[in-house]
Amino acid sequence: MHNKTVSELKKAIEKKEVSSLELTSLFINRIKNMDPELNSFITLTEEHAIDKAKIIDKEISKGILRPLSGIPLAQKDIFCTKDIKTTCGSKMLDNFISPYDATVVEKLNDAGMVIVGKTNMDEFAMGSSNETSFFGDVKNPWDKDYVPGGSSGGSAASVSARLIPCSTGTDTGGSIRQPASLTGICGIKPTYGRVSRFGMIAFASSLDQAGVFTRTAEDSAILLTHISGFDPKDSTSSKNPVPDYAADCTKKFKSLIIGIPSEFLDGLDDKVREVFDENIRILEKNGCKFKKISLKSSKLGVSAYQVVAPAECSSNLSRYDGVRFGYRAKNVKNIEELYKKSRSEAFGPEVKRRILIGTYALSAGYYDAYYLKAQKIRKIISNEFEDAFKEVDLILGPTTPDTAFKLGEKTNDPIAMYLSDVFTVSTNLAGLPAMSIPMGFKNNLPLGLQIIGNHFDESKILSLAHHYQNLTDWHTKSPQEN
Amino acid sequence: MWDPVIGLEIHVQLNTKSKIFSPASTDFGSDQNTQACAIDLGMPGVLPVLNEEAVKMAIKFGLAIGANISDNSIFARKNYFYPDLPKGYQISQYEIPIVEGGSINIIIDGQTKTINITRAHLEEDAGKSIHDLYPNETAIDLNRAGTPLIEIVSEPEMKSAAEAVQYLKNIHSLVRYLGISDGNMQEGSFRCDANISLMKKGSEVLGTRAEIKNINSFKFVENAINHEIQRQSDILDNGDNVKQETRLYDPSKDETRSMRSKEEANDYRYFPDPDLLPVSITSKLIEDIKSNMPELPSTKKDRFKAQYKLNDYDIDILTNNRELSEYFEKTIEGTDLNAKTTANWIITEVLALANKKNIGVSEYPVSYKNLKNLLSNVQSEVISSKQAKDVFERMWNNGEDAQYIIENEGMKQISDTDELNKIVDNIIKNNYKSVEEYQNGKDKLLGFFVGQVMKETKGKGNPKLINEILKVKLKK
Repeated sequence: MHNKTVSELKKAIEKKEVSSLELTSLFINRIKNMDPELNSFITLTEEHAIDKAKIIDKEISKGILRPLSGIPLAQKDIFCTKDIKTTCGSKMLDNFISPYDATVVEKLNDAGMVIVGKTNMDEFAMGSSNETSFFGDVKNPWDKDYVPGGSSGGSAASVSARLIPCSTGTDTGGSIRQPASLTGICGIKPTYGRVSRFGMIAFASSLDQAGVFTRTAEDSAILLTHISGFDPKDSTSSKNPVPDYAADCTKKFKSLIIGIPSEFLDGLDDKVREVFDENIRILEKNGCKFKKISLKSSKLGVSAYQVVAPAECSSNLSRYDGVRFGYRAKNVKNIEELYKKSRSEAFGPEVKRRILIGTYALSAGYYDAYYLKAQKIRKIISNEFEDAFKEVDLILGPTTPDTAFKLGEKTNDPIAMYLSDVFTVSTNLAGLPAMSIPMGFKNNLPLGLQIIGNHFDESKILSLAHHYQNLTDWHTKSPQEN
Repeated sequence: MWDPVIGLEIHVQLNTKSKIFSPASTDFGSDQNTQACAIDLGMPGVLPVLNEEAVKMAIKFGLAIGANISDNSIFARKNYFYPDLPKGYQISQYEIPIVEGGSINIIIDGQTKTINITRAHLEEDAGKSIHDLYPNETAIDLNRAGTPLIEIVSEPEMKSAAEAVQYLKNIHSLVRYLGISDGNMQEGSFRCDANISLMKKGSEVLGTRAEIKNINSFKFVENAINHEIQRQSDILDNGDNVKQETRLYDPSKDETRSMRSKEEANDYRYFPDPDLLPVSITSKLIEDIKSNMPELPSTKKDRFKAQYKLNDYDIDILTNNRELSEYFEKTIEGTDLNAKTTANWIITEVLALANKKNIGVSEYPVSYKNLKNLLSNVQSEVISSKQAKDVFERMWNNGEDAQYIIENEGMKQISDTDELNKIVDNIIKNNYKSVEEYQNGKDKLLGFFVGQVMKETKGKGNPKLINEILKVKLKK
């Protein structure tokens, strides 16, 4: 049962082959057995989940069926949940219980889903390996010496290990796609504004976007349909109508023109290149036309990102001052000391590093040289994508330059860590939707294929992903269980 | 030796129902922290949503001062740490404010002077730190956090405290006319910072300025500026330099003192707020607001002059306050009441009692309808103006109706000619000696006869009528 997809579980519940309580208990037991080693959850919400599952079962017995009735789900611990603590992976919020649900949480709750826990993540979503979490590293289910990627490492690892059929994530520079790639599952980051950011703890507001982890493209489409849409509580959310992504992606595949940017392949690892090329050949034989394109400025993406994201983060994280909620240092003499000690004691080194960089980039005399210049690069990157999409439907490349790296391998080299996002950040800068799906293995570690679409072209992305999964079986591979 | 150069930054709280970025109420005087929602508290994950009413009010102000309304103004974050600033940044406007340019006229010593306005931008107010509630702790009240403000920045074009106060008063009057603020200075709805520097007479080079923060009464503004001018000129006279700094005015000591120097000033690290889109304003919206603009103080002043032929002093008093001008006009409306008499009544009698109690027009115990009734009785000589003053006091103190008092107290003047004729005949009969003296040219005796009639009528005889009757009858 734990190998079933969301779409299969939906049918099983609707046909009453399994109850929500049975499903919920099954996954909670898997988590209890297997997660002590993986550490993909910060909070397990067993009681809450059992209660909800019972309510749903009662509804079903009365013939009330919601779109995703009774299907268990894990929420990334960046989404505020009423009555359940929300830590954002930080000591700062170790004691924080939000009085409201994030819009994403509310929508999935309303759709009938059962939250079984809150997943581990890099502190305040700052990291690419889940090693900055206050709650400890998450292990890659494929090899526990390796990282699962980040920042949504817990969400990815739990789905990959079949501890949960699906989970939510957020993606600021690759935080959904990179861990999806490194753990061999699907992860989609929709267009900026497609999903409300209300109640999703901000890292870099102009880049942050919520999305989901699943094992199949169809499941991603199902969940995305339910979390998308305009939210009056988020002025940056889009009023564009929300299509039925699941219906769209399972329609008969229409041939597409796909661009491959040479910048994504230059200097790529041989084995990764080999896997990627093999997949291109499969798609070429099955209705896709390929075209070489160039995204010259994409290599500037990481640099621009590493100015814009810290700048916004330095401001977004100012509210954690020990005054109203969260961690407060003890034995302080005055307000200055309260600020300094609370923030020094409760933020980890990566968060501090980014706050310092961001504060510097926004300072008088440096603003033009850093923040403004980064915004200009951002505009150029956007324009290049816009030009590319005049000629192609989608853009394809590897999600990451290589497979997962070993725990501890890059922790002392922040630049090397930042470069693991080299293929993902530019889509955040341009606000474009993108998805990572499993495309093969190197040394028994999964590799991801990244599909980038034009604004609000999620249907096209999902359609290609679904088509590809009909042609291959990478998405069905699961890590070995002890 | 020195010419003062003064610019003002005025913070005006807009009287929207809810806050500028949250649905919480803006009510003043509620229990601490009951008017602050998760958004005002800066809780994790919350987002601001712009209140359109605040935008409309800012546009209204911009149109009233003839400014340019930016069709894509930008909200920015002003970053600094302060316990009553929940997010660690204030959402304000920096590079592109909603209102740019514009001006306002003031009258100083009978001369009209134009003060140019640099900009007016929308922003959120901070909460309040309360230092005197607990012995060694500071309490925070976030009810005010997120209240919409417009900050109105003038050019440094005022040359004296008097000019600055006049400018401030005109802005105060304007925002109340526009109905965008209650202008309550005690409650902090209207407060200002003054930038003051001195320039050598004849020079065009500006001196170093000091900024005096958060002054909340006209009197304090005047005192603070005068004090600061004196302080700076003492420094300059001594050959020393004025330091650029922020100062605080202490009304209890009537002095300013240093708050922080330029070196200690915050670097606010302004950048566009990524949570808010540019404020897109259509020309249709501007047209809609334009067509619903109330009459502005300057227009009303001109109209009062033409329509009611009042003098400048009366007009100033009546029109500085929109409600008072409306009280005056409603009193007169639909009657043939004399405008000057009505104005005098309001300025002397009504305002005297109102000022004694320090109440606004909306709280007057005498409605304009009641005042209209009273003054009509005076004009048609039902009661004398002396009686009217007593009646008015009773109306004001006891909330009684003019007509009720006049009728129940038998105050109605005797204007019945027959009755008066009888009384006059009697008096002439009983005072034939005085009649003779009068007829022999002792005109002054007329007063004596009037007095006699008044005595007989217990003061209720119509003096004008009595005079006429006496003059005729005494001739015989």
